[in-house]
Amino acid sequence: MKARTIKRHFREGFKNIARNGWMTVASVGAVTMTLLLVGAFLGLILNLNHMAEKIEDDVVVKVLIDLAANDEDVIALGKDLEKVSGVENVIFSSKDEELNSLIDSMGEGGEVWELYEQENPLNHAYIIKATDPHDTDRIATEVAKLNAVDSVSYGQEVAQNLFKFTDYARTVGIILIAGLVLTAIFLISNTIKLTIMARSTEIGIMKLVGATNSFIRGPFFIEGLLLGVLGSIIPMTVVLSAYKLIESSIGSMSSIGFVEILPFNPFAWQLSAIILVVGAGIGIWGSLMSVRKFLKV
Amino acid sequence: MILMKDIYKTYGNGVTALNGINVEIEQGEFVYIVGPSGAGKSSFIKLMYREIKPTRGLLRINNRDISEIKEKEVPLLRRNIGVIFQDFRLLPKLSVYENVAFALEVIEESPRNIRKRVMDVLDLVGLKNKSRFFPNELSGGEQQRVSIARAIVNRPKIVIADEPTGNLDPDTSWEIMKVFEEINNSGTTIIMATHSKEIVNTIKKRVIAIEDGLIVRDEQRGDYGYES
Repeated sequence: MKARTIKRHFREGFKNIARNGWMTVASVGAVTMTLLLVGAFLGLILNLNHMAEKIEDDVVVKVLIDLAANDEDVIALGKDLEKVSGVENVIFSSKDEELNSLIDSMGEGGEVWELYEQENPLNHAYIIKATDPHDTDRIATEVAKLNAVDSVSYGQEVAQNLFKFTDYARTVGIILIAGLVLTAIFLISNTIKLTIMARSTEIGIMKLVGATNSFIRGPFFIEGLLLGVLGSIIPMTVVLSAYKLIESSIGSMSSIGFVEILPFNPFAWQLSAIILVVGAGIGIWGSLMSVRKFLKV
Repeated sequence: MILMKDIYKTYGNGVTALNGINVEIEQGEFVYIVGPSGAGKSSFIKLMYREIKPTRGLLRINNRDISEIKEKEVPLLRRNIGVIFQDFRLLPKLSVYENVAFALEVIEESPRNIRKRVMDVLDLVGLKNKSRFFPNELSGGEQQRVSIARAIVNRPKIVIADEPTGNLDPDTSWEIMKVFEEINNSGTTIIMATHSKEIVNTIKKRVIAIEDGLIVRDEQRGDYGYES
């Protein structure tokens, strides 16, 4: 394709955008609304996923070592634990460390436990982290059978409910986004179809004087691209400013300090880039789908 | 130049428009296609610029069997054939100049060539001074001249016109016919479907009469032969 033809396609694409007036506004409006929803959902779901991963990462198996076990037994158990499949790392926590962390976690009420510092009744422990948090249950069961193990705890119900919830949230999120994108493509291709129908005479004449299909598609390709890009400006701006606002308000609220969202930079920029690419993609796709049927003259 | 052998055309709805057409048209001829409405004239014309394909038969233009050519090659065929319609089919938002230049732009002609050829052809059809006008600012005859200019700006070897004077008053029709004669005098083949008895009987050319999808008469310097 010659450079001046590409230039012509751009010129015609821009002209069509201006010439179609309200149809352009309608198409851009449809893209904008959909991308706003896609952006909001995507932002929400990716953050939920991030939080879920964070929480999942915090799930550990605590192995309390039998009080009767000697140092050799403890070392041997440590080695056995590392051999269990799916174990990422094993950290030893002596009974003194256990007591200190207990005192710390109790806050002011922890002083009571300081009495036990002379004669610590707690067990030594191993803290195991699974490579895949979903394996925690299996690992706990296997570990419980090993020698020198007194008991195993990992907040079984909490962990299992959490995994159920995060899996559910991910699936629902993917379905919602796919549905939204398909709806957007449908809306856009229909809106563009209306603008193209008004130009079927033009396409007919182009065919009559010997224009190739790719030549006819050119300006429509540019037009779709422009509609998509124009339609993503508002959603990108909203996503960027809303995310900034949310990030700073979560940061200032100490009561929900445990909620950690993805950092503005680079996440909000990445999300905006996704919105732009999705917008351009559905614009082009919708436009080319609509022009297709008019090319069969 | 154009050869049709046993051409049949049956549409999807079962209507048979052409029923075994056999004809040969030489380069530089001027041919009228006449016949009652629904006789098959439009199907005959549409076959030549490949808007429709024959159901069977051989259709050769410039030694190429155009019923066999691939979809991709159709644009190239159409660049060698100018087509003119009764309803002009101009783009209302483009000026006279732009409407004609359009035919050259789509075949990626250079801007310098476009300018020169468009002005030359507008001069030929007598509209050089109205190149900046828009179609709605022109009379019917002038609009048809623009459509003729668009059809011939590619310098096609064949010009096909489907009732080009059907929407025009008699005086304007004669002016348009003069333009066609000029084009024909330069060696271009003209194939014109018409219902105008006066034109066919006055400007004597070859007449092919079609009835019920068959050629019933083919005469050099023939008459219209029907009551109009």
